[in-house]
Amino acid sequence: MSQNAVRPTPASPTPPGGHLLEVRDLHVEFRTSEGVARVINGVSYHLDPGETLAVLGESGSGKSVTAQAVMGILDTPPAHISSGAILYSGQDLLTLPEAQRRQVRGKEIAMIFQDALSALNPVFPVGWQIGETLRQRLGMSRADARRRSVELMDLVQIPAAAKRLGDHPHQFSGGMRQRVMIAMALAMEPKVLIADEPTTALDVTVQAQIMDLLADLRRDLDMAMILITHDLGVVADVADRIAVMYAGRIVEHADVRSLYRAPAHPYTKGLLNSIPRLDQRGGKLATIRGLPPNLMRIPSGCPFHPRCPYAQQVCVDVVPHDLVLGDGRTSACHFAQEVRDDRAS
Amino acid sequence: MFRFIVRRLLQMVLAFFGTTLIVYALMFAGQGDPIQALAGERPVTAAQRAYLTEKYHLDATGVGGFFYRYFDYISNLLRGDLGESLTGRSIGDILAAAWPVTIKLALIAIAVAVIFGVTAGVLAGIRRGSIFDNATLLLTLLVLGIPTIVLAPLAQYFLGVKWQVFPPTAGADPGFGALLLPGIVLGSLSLATALRLTRTSVAENLRADYVRTARSKGLPSRRVVSVHVLRNSLIPVITFLGVEVGNLMSGAIITEGVFNIPGVGFNLFRGIRTEDGPLVVGIVSVLVVVYLVANLVVDILYAVLDPRIRYE
Repeated sequence: MSQNAVRPTPASPTPPGGHLLEVRDLHVEFRTSEGVARVINGVSYHLDPGETLAVLGESGSGKSVTAQAVMGILDTPPAHISSGAILYSGQDLLTLPEAQRRQVRGKEIAMIFQDALSALNPVFPVGWQIGETLRQRLGMSRADARRRSVELMDLVQIPAAAKRLGDHPHQFSGGMRQRVMIAMALAMEPKVLIADEPTTALDVTVQAQIMDLLADLRRDLDMAMILITHDLGVVADVADRIAVMYAGRIVEHADVRSLYRAPAHPYTKGLLNSIPRLDQRGGKLATIRGLPPNLMRIPSGCPFHPRCPYAQQVCVDVVPHDLVLGDGRTSACHFAQEVRDDRAS
Repeated sequence: MFRFIVRRLLQMVLAFFGTTLIVYALMFAGQGDPIQALAGERPVTAAQRAYLTEKYHLDATGVGGFFYRYFDYISNLLRGDLGESLTGRSIGDILAAAWPVTIKLALIAIAVAVIFGVTAGVLAGIRRGSIFDNATLLLTLLVLGIPTIVLAPLAQYFLGVKWQVFPPTAGADPGFGALLLPGIVLGSLSLATALRLTRTSVAENLRADYVRTARSKGLPSRRVVSVHVLRNSLIPVITFLGVEVGNLMSGAIITEGVFNIPGVGFNLFRGIRTEDGPLVVGIVSVLVVVYLVANLVVDILYAVLDPRIRYE
């Protein structure tokens, strides 16, 4: 492996009092012909150098939309960022003109996507696609870009990289395709890597390989990583902190250990309970009753209340604010303490 | 790929014999007395009858005789001898004179379709829902709705006769200037189809996941559209245009008829009208080959454009 070749520069120091990346009270709407869907309703999270933040939630909870807003690749319209800030090294990306915003993309913050088959361009060889970034943005010659592409493919452990440079995406297996995707994202040596459900489309055995690879690369290249997933099993070994999203909000935010030990939001608790466990064989799988809300008609008060076993009248009437529970933990639940201390269920 | 081409060439041989046989049968099998048909209303002397019977092997009768004559015709054809029309002209000469005209006409039509159809289609696809998009959709609907048999005389009357922007007819051995108006009329249909195809394809590809990836690489949107989106969007358009070239090469009966252009379609139509069997079969046989080759080229082109297509 040639990690050293990829990452000669040390990660930039966090500006005093600021984070490497910070999303502040972000609101995003989708304006469609059927009405306005409020997809992101005040999401805040931050990321420090070298850290891995897992963003967890069901489909439609807004985790990918937040990431795409950070990347600046939301389709506007229909998406519309109504308020909030996205600070990278203290600079608000949302106020940058497109030309400067583009410089951040790939170079500072890179992203990999769920389904590498559709996320890679089907008609170009993978070597061309990895090298494109280098040629276009660093002005590398074709030969240099090729050489560098091989290095990057070696880095993500694609066997016989030099021979496979001319192959097209459909000629790779799912796991290898995702590695190509990762190699492409690493081309500009980003400081933040956003992985949007990187293993969802893969076999379980391959999932573990890709997660290991991502964790190794993050450590070796000293990147910070945002790992978007709906799979609690995936995050435990990799993430430092977890932000749980529901209906466009972060409902719980905690370090991995405390969150697994004692979830402080009924939704997190429901997610953890619905993981099949070997010691519960034969029993009925626990589920969260009901469905995620329609984002055009988000329930009043706490959006989770129609599905929540702890729900009281106050949950219908009052939107819960983030309750600070110590150790940097927060939970947007009126009964956060009770939920955390309730070890039953 | 090599095996695919060989297999396709073998299929072409079959298709060639099949179509020529059908056309030959349709043209000759139904005739009661081909010698009388050849002579029309005039009387045929015994000597003439004997000569023609000998020349066209008409002494062999029934199905056997038919196939005998068919293979005789085909073997001449394969030696490059298309025979003579009923008017006594060499069909090879007729085609040699007509084809350059038809090719010129086809080139103008294709150029019109590519330059205007594809460009406008790309713009309409990028600005989906804009005034430009809706205007082009309406216009193409209009063009697609009007048959050439109406559009060609209208264009000829207004642009050629009334306002005299273009020469109204082409005449013998026409140049590009004389063929411009018929070329535009002929190309308008391809233009409309190419435009709609391009628009849909571009709009669809703009929403593709790989476009999002290309943008997240920090590429300027100009490059994302002109390289990533276009390369994918033009696959169906180019294959359509390839088939269209094959179609146009085989002549446009209506357009060539209206504008009096001595091309392949014009001669074919004349052959049909005057019941000139040898001329019709000769032209159609060559058209079959042109069409088969054009389709093979399109299939190969498709595999070159889209690496996911593998003909094995």
